[in-house]
Amino acid sequence: MPIDVAALEAAIREAILITTLEIEDQSSGCGESYAVVLVSEAFQGKSTLARHRMVNNLLKSHIAQMHAFSQKTYTPQQYEELKK
Amino acid sequence: MFRPLFNSSLRTLARPTSLRLPTPALALAYRTLTTEARATIQNAVKAAPVVLFMKGTPDAPQCGFSRAVVQVLDLHGVPAEKMQTYNVLADAELRSGIKEFSEWPTVPQIYINGEFVGGCDILLGMHQSGELETLLENNNVIPKVEESAQPSS
Repeated sequence: MPIDVAALEAAIREAILITTLEIEDQSSGCGESYAVVLVSEAFQGKSTLARHRMVNNLLKSHIAQMHAFSQKTYTPQQYEELKK
Repeated sequence: MFRPLFNSSLRTLARPTSLRLPTPALALAYRTLTTEARATIQNAVKAAPVVLFMKGTPDAPQCGFSRAVVQVLDLHGVPAEKMQTYNVLADAELRSGIKEFSEWPTVPQIYINGEFVGGCDILLGMHQSGELETLLENNNVIPKVEESAQPSS
């Protein structure tokens, strides 16, 4: 069953203050494989594992329906560094 | 011929022996992760310096993320004798059990010296940042490489 991207985005935005959010459907349109990039101040001070667990918890029910899910998490500062 | 990669102690996951469950109906309620299954996984993650739960085998990965993890570990020269892999596609109970055990929704999953490190994203990130090499060196999985950047006299 295809994932509702709007619901996914809403779930994320409801829980954490997002500076930037990118959701990419990597399943050639069949809606089962997603990659997200999240930029939020909420990730400050958390290890990568802690951040990913946080996101996993938020999106638990959505991820359970997906075939594949990958994520990249950054603080706003880290994201700026990336863009240089 | 397909050689099973998991050692025999893990096979008990597929064929639970005595579960001490009062009724068959309750057995369904406990189907997620039994104490025995949890203990088996607990022992498995400590049985080798690097333990990888993946889809497929290192020689024949069945998923791009699992393949990527195998390639990265190979790139760092993780020796086969220090790594134990388990194919979750060959064992449905392991497939669901490991997700509950690690409280992590996806496979592949890597444990280094008994500690959960993460999945493919995290491992690739650590590889790019150099953290993975450090982690593997600090856990005696790969030898420390002396940086010969200084000119010698």
